[in-house]
Amino acid sequence: MNVDWPWPWLPRNVDKIVEATGEHLYLALLPVLAGLVISVPLGWAASRWPAVRLVLVPLAGVLYTIPSLALITLVPLLLGTKIIDPLNVQVPLAIYTIALLVRSVTDALLAVPGEVTAAATAIGFRPAKRFLAVELPLAVPVIVAGLRVAAVSAMSLTAVGALIGIGGLGGLITEGFRRNNAVEMVVAIALILVIALIIDALLLLAGKVITPWTRVRQGAAK
Amino acid sequence: MIEFQAVTKKYPDGTVAVDGLDLVVDAGKITVFVGPSGCGKTTSLRMINRMIDPTSGTILLDGKDIRESDPPLLRRGIGYVIQHAGLFPHRTVLDNVATVPMLTGKNKRAARSRAAELLELVGLPTEMGKRYPAQLSGGQQQRVGVARALAADPPVLLMDEPFSAVDPIVRDDLQQQLLRLQSELDKTIVFVTHDIDEAIKLGDRVAVFRVGGRLAQYATPSELLAKPADDFVSSFVGRDRGYRALGFLTATGVPVGPVATVKIGETAAEPGWVVVVDERNRPLGWLDQGSTSDAASADDVVSGGSLYEVDGAAGTAGSLRNALDAALSSPAGVGIAVDADGAVAGSVKAEAVLEALATARRTGEVPA
Ligand SMILES: Nc1ncnc2c1ncn2[C@@H]1O[C@H](COP(=O)(O)OP(=O)(O)OP(=O)(O)O)[C@@H](O)[C@H]1O
Ligand SMILES: [Mg+2]
Repeated sequence: MNVDWPWPWLPRNVDKIVEATGEHLYLALLPVLAGLVISVPLGWAASRWPAVRLVLVPLAGVLYTIPSLALITLVPLLLGTKIIDPLNVQVPLAIYTIALLVRSVTDALLAVPGEVTAAATAIGFRPAKRFLAVELPLAVPVIVAGLRVAAVSAMSLTAVGALIGIGGLGGLITEGFRRNNAVEMVVAIALILVIALIIDALLLLAGKVITPWTRVRQGAAK
Repeated sequence: MIEFQAVTKKYPDGTVAVDGLDLVVDAGKITVFVGPSGCGKTTSLRMINRMIDPTSGTILLDGKDIRESDPPLLRRGIGYVIQHAGLFPHRTVLDNVATVPMLTGKNKRAARSRAAELLELVGLPTEMGKRYPAQLSGGQQQRVGVARALAADPPVLLMDEPFSAVDPIVRDDLQQQLLRLQSELDKTIVFVTHDIDEAIKLGDRVAVFRVGGRLAQYATPSELLAKPADDFVSSFVGRDRGYRALGFLTATGVPVGPVATVKIGETAAEPGWVVVVDERNRPLGWLDQGSTSDAASADDVVSGGSLYEVDGAAGTAGSLRNALDAALSSPAGVGIAVDADGAVAGSVKAEAVLEALATARRTGEVPA
């Protein structure tokens, strides 16, 4: 490859980079959020009814193994969406997130000790309140761990969307490739990487802040 | 009052956990359900707060069929202490206890101040309220469990093997505390255990279950020891039941004889065993004086056995079991009786205890 270094590209394209970054975040994170919101009730159902679990958990496993390229090209056909609709990328990302989180949520809810839920019932919690006040908070550490993987994967998977014309920073990668512009490619890749790391760190931090009980030492203090 | 009327619970897999249970739990008393593992104790207990519904039969709480109550509301009026405490790991100790008052509509501040009171009631320092359950010992967690169950001041308290996971010394402590609390609070308590000694210690009445969920005997602890209904109960009640039954008879009829005492550095009046006492006449141990010429020396003191407490002024006394044990565990062959202040009050002989027992039998105080 004949690479020359058009460094001046960077300052001339700040607006374009910022716009691509914004688009990338919008494309990647909205589906993760939607996936989370959908996974919680699915995981709840799977933890509650063995029959649901028997269907949902293996199904999630299968969905997760579908190559992203296949999903991204198939979804527009199935949804009948227009060529440059962001949903074409966001729906597959939401599917990946759900595939990943359903299992985490299910396992985390199943891991809540029986005596804790029994105690909550005995105290007089109604089922919905018990779920929100006891089971879900206890599942948070595991859910956050799943969410970190989902968010980081979404950041890189979004770039694949560039192949069907909607890829945020991925668009810069393909454009850089076409125009033989290495700087554009490197900047886009580096941004994806750094932003993914920042998001991961933020989620880790947020997870710690909202679960103060996981930070205490085990056993009697002093 | 809680009344089981022909209550049967059959699980979907065909296991009959409770079979035709008829039983009345007295209000304001401790009723213990005891029996081997799998005999349906937990199932019976959980039918009271509708965590499990009977297959047939009726349970009345203060005369009202519990099926007429909305389960969550019913449960808010019934405290429940679960085995291993079952505290919420994600809430501080204080908030664990405050959960119930908050459920019943108290605001956070009122609930927390109530919770702080309860921590104090069960003997935990208030600062401990800030900790998470994982930062407490097993015994402390159980105390929090009891505090949480009492938080809404429910008239009924269900306790499922609350003290079985702690070591014997802590268990003894928790049992004493429960008895102390009960003497102040007068709750209707149903207490489940598989430990017959615990049942006898805590129960006003004890229901012995056999596997298959059948009631084998329902009686006071002393009746249970004196007159087990059948071989199952007698083997479950276990060894030394005659001896343990003495624990339910007061030793008021047992004469307290004189005993020689001596202070360290002084000389005993007569040779033989004397009780060595401190400045306030409290026993330190026994001394076998060969002759009266030697002054009592701390090095020669033999530690004594258990002490038998009498209170001459109030006319009360420990149990026959205390008296007999004091006599049997003493190196001198006679037990030391002490008064309420712990000062030596006299001596007690094993024969005297057996005589008192014989008299009690004749007068019908003991079911023969
Ligand atoms: N959900 C259930 N489904 C089927 N059988 C059950 C269920 N719960 C309990 N059993 C069975 O019912 C019987 C009584 O159980 P229960 O838990 O009431 O016993 P328990 O007296 O409390 O025993 P332990 O001292 O071991 O706690 C046992 O044989 C148990 O296996
Ligand atoms: Mg049980």
